Amino acid sequence: MFSAIRPRLASAIAKPALLNAVRPRFFTQAVVARSEIPSLHTLTEDEELLRESVARFAQEQILPKVAKMDETELLDKDVLKGLFEQGLMGIETDTKYDGSESSFMSAILTIEELAKVDPSISVICDVQNTLVNTLFRKYASDDIKQRYLPRLATDTVGCFCLSEAGSGSDAFALQTRAVKDGDNYILNGTKMWITNSGEAEIFLVFANVAPEKGYKGITCFVVDKSMGVKVNKKESKLGIRASSTCTLNFDDIVVPASNVLGEVGKGYKYAIEILNEGRIGIAAQMLGLAQGAFDATMPYLFQRKQFGSFIGSFQGMQHQYAQIAVEIEAARLLTYNAARLKEQGKPFVKEAAMAKLYASQVAERTASRCIEWAGGIGFTRDFPIEKFYRDCKIGAIYEGTSNIQLQTIAKALEKQYSA
Amino acid sequence: MSSNLRIMVACKRVIDYAVKIRVNAAGTAVETANVKHSMNPFDEIGTEQAIQIKEALTKAKGKAEVIVVSCGPSKSQETLRTALAMGADKAIHVETDEELQPLAVAKLLKAVVEKEKPDMIILGKQAIDDDSNQTGQMLAGLLNWPQATFASKVELSEKAMTVTREVDGGVETIKTSFPAVLTTDLRLNVPRYASLPNIMKAKKKPLTKFTVADLGVDVKSRLQTLKIAEPPKRQGGKLVESVDDLLDKLKNEAKVL
Repeated sequence: MFSAIRPRLASAIAKPALLNAVRPRFFTQAVVARSEIPSLHTLTEDEELLRESVARFAQEQILPKVAKMDETELLDKDVLKGLFEQGLMGIETDTKYDGSESSFMSAILTIEELAKVDPSISVICDVQNTLVNTLFRKYASDDIKQRYLPRLATDTVGCFCLSEAGSGSDAFALQTRAVKDGDNYILNGTKMWITNSGEAEIFLVFANVAPEKGYKGITCFVVDKSMGVKVNKKESKLGIRASSTCTLNFDDIVVPASNVLGEVGKGYKYAIEILNEGRIGIAAQMLGLAQGAFDATMPYLFQRKQFGSFIGSFQGMQHQYAQIAVEIEAARLLTYNAARLKEQGKPFVKEAAMAKLYASQVAERTASRCIEWAGGIGFTRDFPIEKFYRDCKIGAIYEGTSNIQLQTIAKALEKQYSA
Repeated sequence: MSSNLRIMVACKRVIDYAVKIRVNAAGTAVETANVKHSMNPFDEIGTEQAIQIKEALTKAKGKAEVIVVSCGPSKSQETLRTALAMGADKAIHVETDEELQPLAVAKLLKAVVEKEKPDMIILGKQAIDDDSNQTGQMLAGLLNWPQATFASKVELSEKAMTVTREVDGGVETIKTSFPAVLTTDLRLNVPRYASLPNIMKAKKKPLTKFTVADLGVDVKSRLQTLKIAEPPKRQGGKLVESVDDLLDKLKNEAKVL
C-alpha cells in the first residue's frame, strides 16, 4: 500500500517548482477578488466610443455594398473616403500630421469591427495603419514624416512592398536592386501580391543597395507613384476581393536619396519589426471575421425548424456552436493580450505570432462550421456566410504564413528553455 | 440672437433602440441591468442639428457654441461623451439616481438654462424609453419661450428661426424669435458618426457636474407607476380555406364584424 503512494510522493518532492505552482492557488482567490487589474475585455471610454462608432459606420455605410464589391472585385470609392473622413486611416498618427493620435488598441478594435462586416475593407485599414503609417512613424526622418504622414492620414493610400516572385518567407532572397547615382538611387525590380497597390499613391519599397552584404543591404525607400511605378495586373482572388492585390514593376525609377526611410541597410530589420506588430492586426481581422460569420449564422439556428424543433436546440448543434464560441473567445483574448503587451512596451513577438496563428485557424473553423450550420442557404451567395469562408484563407498566408508563425513561436521557446 | 449663438441640447441616456426590452420579474420596471444603452436617437438628431448650425455659422465667419446637457445617473456621462465626440463643445451633467419624470427634467433644464443663458435649446421630440413627448413643451412653458416642436427642417436668420414641422394633416411652417425651444423629428437630419479625431478631442472638453440640490429643483415624482407589463404574446394565426370561411370566423369567432 505504501509502495503505491511513495513514488508519487517522491515525484512531488522532486519537483518543488510544480508544488509551488499549485500551492498559491489557495490564496489567489482572495487576492483576485480585490484585484484592480481589469479583464482583457475592459476597454477605455475612448475605445468603447470608437468601437461603437466604427461598428455603426460598418453596418450602415459598408454592409450594403459588400456583395457588390466582392462580385466586381472593386473597392467602393465612398467607403474609402469614409475611412479617411472617420480618421481611421491615421489612427496612431500625431495630430500635428493630421492623424487621430489614438492608440494601437484603437487600431486593433477598428480592424476587428470592420472585419465583422467586410474583411477586405478591414485589411485596407490594417495595412495603412499597422504597416505603412507605423514604418513612417517609427523610422522616418521629420522631413519625410512631414511630407507623407498628413497625406496618408487624410486622402492617400500607401502600400508595403516586400514580397517578390522568389522572396516571401525568405525575405533575404529579395532581388529588387537600388543603385546609388549621385543624390539619387535607381530602383529596378518586381514586387508581387502587394495589398492596396491598386489604390496606392505611396509605396514603401524594400530593395537591396549592396547585394554582397546580403540582408544588410536591404533598404526601405519611399516611392511616389508619380516617380514611375508601374502597377500591373490586379490578381483575381478567392477572397478579400475588394482589396486590390497587384504586381508592381520598378524600371529604372529615380528615387531621391532623401527618400530613404530610416537608415540605409536597415530595411530588413524594419520590415521584420513592423511585421511583428502587424500580425496583431491580422489576428484582429481574423477575429472579426470569425465573429462576423458567427453573428450572421446563429440567429438562423433559431429560425429554422426540423423535426419540430429549432435546429439550434439539438444537442449535436449545441456542442458545436458552444465549442466555436469558446475558440472565438480564446482568439480574442490572445489578440487583445498581444495588443496590450505591445502598447505597454513589453515583449510581444511570441504572443503576436500565437494570436495571428490561432485567430486565422479559428476564423477558418468558424466560417466552415457556419456554412454547415446554415445548410443550403450557407452555401448560396445570397447570404454573407460563404464570403467569410473564402476571405478567411488569406489569414494563414499573409504577414507570415502559419508555418512562419510556428517557427517564430518555436524560436522563442527554444531560447527560453535551452539557456 | 447674440453674435455668439449659444445652443443647448438635451441628451438622454436610454436603452439602445436595437435591444429587446424585458420587464423585470417584479413587474415594476424595465430591466436595465447589463443592457446596452445609448443616446436617445431624437437627441442625436438634436445634437447633429446644433453642430450643423454651428458649422454653417462658422463658415459664414460667425460663432456658435454647443452645450449638451444630460440629467441622470453617473453613466449619463457616456452619453455626454458621445455628444462631445460628435462635435459639441462642452457638457453639463446633472447627476441624480432619482427617477426623473418629464416635469422634473424640464425644471432641471430650466435651471441650467438660467445659468447658461442659451439662445435656443434643442430636445428630441420624445425619448424612446418612455415616449412621453412632454419635456420640450413643459420647458417652453416654464421658461415662457416660444416652442417649435416636431421639426423636420430648420432655417436660421439673424433674428428668427423658420421651422417646418410635421403635424397630423401634413407639414406646417412657423417662425419664432429667439430664445426658443426646438424639438426634433426623425427626418430633420442624419446624425454623423463620431470620428476618431473627435473622440480623442472629446476627452479634453469640459464636463461640468451639478447635483439636483445645486440647482434647487424639486424632482419628486408627481405620478406613481403601479405596474409594468409586457404586451400579450401573439397568438398563432389560422389558415382558412375560403373567403366564406374567413367571414364566418370574423363574425362568429373574433366577433369583429
